[in-house]
Amino acid sequence: MPLYHNDDQAMLKDSVAPFMAEQAPVSHLRSLRDSADATGFSRELWAQFTEMGLPGMLVPEAHGGLGMGHMEAGIVLEEIGRNLTPSPFLATSVGAVAALAKAGGTQAGRWLPAIAGGEAIVALAIDEGAKHRPDRIATTATRAGNGFRLDGKKSFVLHGHVADMSIVAAKTDGGITLFAVPKDAKGMTADPRRLVDSSLASHVTLDGVEVDADAVIGEVDAGGEILDALLAATRTGAAAEMVGVGQGAMDMTVNYLKERKQFGKLIGEFQGLQHRAAHLYGEMEVARATVMKAQQLLDEGSEGAKLMVSVAKAKAGRAANLAVREGVQMHGGIGMTDEYDIGLYMKRDRALAEFMGDVHYHIDQVARMNGY
Amino acid sequence: MSELDAFRTEVREWLEANCPPEMREPVRDEDDVCWGGRKWVFKNDAQKAWLDACVAKGYTVPDWPKPYGGAGLTPEQTKILKQEMKRIGARSPLDSFGIWMLGPALLKFGTEEQKVHYLNQIARGEIRWCQGYSEPGSGSDLVSLQTFGEDQGDHWVVNGSKIWTSYADKADWIFCLVRTDKANKYQGITFMLFDMDSPGVSTKPILLISGNSPFCETFFDDVKVPKDQFVGEVNRGWDVAKYLLGHEREMISGGGAGGDMVSIGGAFAKSFGKNAAGELDDPILRAEMAAFDVDVFAYRAMGERFMDMWKTGRAHPASSNMMKYVGTELNKRRHELVMAGGGSDALEWDSKESKGGARARSWLRTKANSIEGGTSEVMLNVIAKRILDLPGA
Repeated sequence: MPLYHNDDQAMLKDSVAPFMAEQAPVSHLRSLRDSADATGFSRELWAQFTEMGLPGMLVPEAHGGLGMGHMEAGIVLEEIGRNLTPSPFLATSVGAVAALAKAGGTQAGRWLPAIAGGEAIVALAIDEGAKHRPDRIATTATRAGNGFRLDGKKSFVLHGHVADMSIVAAKTDGGITLFAVPKDAKGMTADPRRLVDSSLASHVTLDGVEVDADAVIGEVDAGGEILDALLAATRTGAAAEMVGVGQGAMDMTVNYLKERKQFGKLIGEFQGLQHRAAHLYGEMEVARATVMKAQQLLDEGSEGAKLMVSVAKAKAGRAANLAVREGVQMHGGIGMTDEYDIGLYMKRDRALAEFMGDVHYHIDQVARMNGY
Repeated sequence: MSELDAFRTEVREWLEANCPPEMREPVRDEDDVCWGGRKWVFKNDAQKAWLDACVAKGYTVPDWPKPYGGAGLTPEQTKILKQEMKRIGARSPLDSFGIWMLGPALLKFGTEEQKVHYLNQIARGEIRWCQGYSEPGSGSDLVSLQTFGEDQGDHWVVNGSKIWTSYADKADWIFCLVRTDKANKYQGITFMLFDMDSPGVSTKPILLISGNSPFCETFFDDVKVPKDQFVGEVNRGWDVAKYLLGHEREMISGGGAGGDMVSIGGAFAKSFGKNAAGELDDPILRAEMAAFDVDVFAYRAMGERFMDMWKTGRAHPASSNMMKYVGTELNKRRHELVMAGGGSDALEWDSKESKGGARARSWLRTKANSIEGGTSEVMLNVIAKRILDLPGA
């Protein structure tokens, strides 16, 4: 498969890009933020997503979805990134769907059609500390009665306070097991915190939460592979969204270089700025290609996907970070003002960079996967 | 898809039957790379057999049309051939500036007669070409070149000198930018072709910081060039040169601007030693190598995407400048890490153990990557102007 969008994918982009720019531009984020919205996203907008079939893009057709791939989801995520659109798409429609589709069984049958229908928001309760360390999960699931009892603390759970279901990763006797915990489960509390990018992420406490045996996603002790699928999909999705954030920031900045005058010249005429902008262009192009490669390998079910996913998360993280830093600097004083959008790009990038493993985590993973 | 699958099977079988085992070994020495030409001495029978087989099949230039010595493959077929060659570790049958640079320019600007004559020679590896572009006073500002061809009716008399002529001392012919109108800067240059054995041509290798001499100074002293030996139009050689530079950057981009595109940390872990946790036994160097590896794998994906887009006309025409810039900077970084990883062993300049200072010399050689074929700074200028459309660039 060539590493560019085919005709169908180009058509998808042609319909999603104007939709996002018209229905959910940066001003949409601002209005949610300024009205101290308590949900973290607009349910009206999510209904519009649903009309377009977006929540179920990755859901298999047998479960009422479109059965598309990560390359297609990436097209939506890039536009989400470019417009800083708040939405549960990444966690629910990419991460949760990847896990449920991989696992199959009762929970897949229960939740995939609901996700595709726009009726269910799903949160990912994976992290337990300030940094992403999925190999050190301490939350426990102990057998109790017919099912399990969950105890532990989860953090950085996006949409955790409004999710209809949370996917909780916990330690069981022989490995990791994933559980579908419904929102009204007794003993589960979500404490939402407003983050730098105005999104809401919860600290979730699991205090003797009792779930039935059929709450297990996949098989007991065999959650590692499902968790891997969830992580690969979410990381690749976050990388695609960062490409959108970086591209949005870069486009704004390059346009600004063509408008702003100092010393009687457009500042874009200064070679000092030209070279930095051109360097950024190269980094963004490389990041985009890398993310597409990871999407392609995931869609092919290739063994090389795992390495490329970490490469993509790290590379997109570096490139988008450069884009937002250069963006603020090249905008000068107004780049520091709340009124101007470039700062919002910097904030969203920071949150996405941390989500599901930062640059350093993934660089380390690349070293490990290459035997050093 | 099934047609391409059938092609892949056919290629596999052909390679199995025709690529000698010796030609599936990694390149170890400079003379493992076959450059062809009148003076070429094959290193062994396998090198010759492999070239002959590829020539017969059109695989030295697989995507060129058959009448010019190619195999007439589509971009998809060419990609498959490359993948299959890579899969068995097959060496390139023929490396040549004729294939990479002059050929594409002739395909675009040459007359039918020129194409049949020169392209077939190139495809068969009969003539080794060199490129006469830079001059002592004209580096990045190439268009200021002064080498002059005086019109003498049926021929020009060329005087002047070129510099950084790669392998001029080994080449048979040169494609050369010569000023033919002193009054016209851009429209006063002709793209000439002539024999390096012509009276008045001389070359002098330049000793580089690596201790090697891949480049020459080339002098023209009343060299007679017949008036039918030019490409494009007289005084419009700059158009050909620009096109060719784009191709040179494409080749550099597609053909390994980033150097050896494998994990550097993985390669070092064997020799460097690991700690109890199985990590490279120097945490800071490990981190730098891992960060570098991310960029290597990322650039590999970029190379694939660039070639997919370039071959199908989807790429921005100036994107090869970005590829060259990113790739050459990456390769320089690799060799800095190779030196750091090698420690004092890598400093040795001529010992047998160091293979004649291979690491140190390669490290120094890579410093030219971001100078030759357009400096990194010129690449950034071009990106700023042609891709980002920045003012006054």
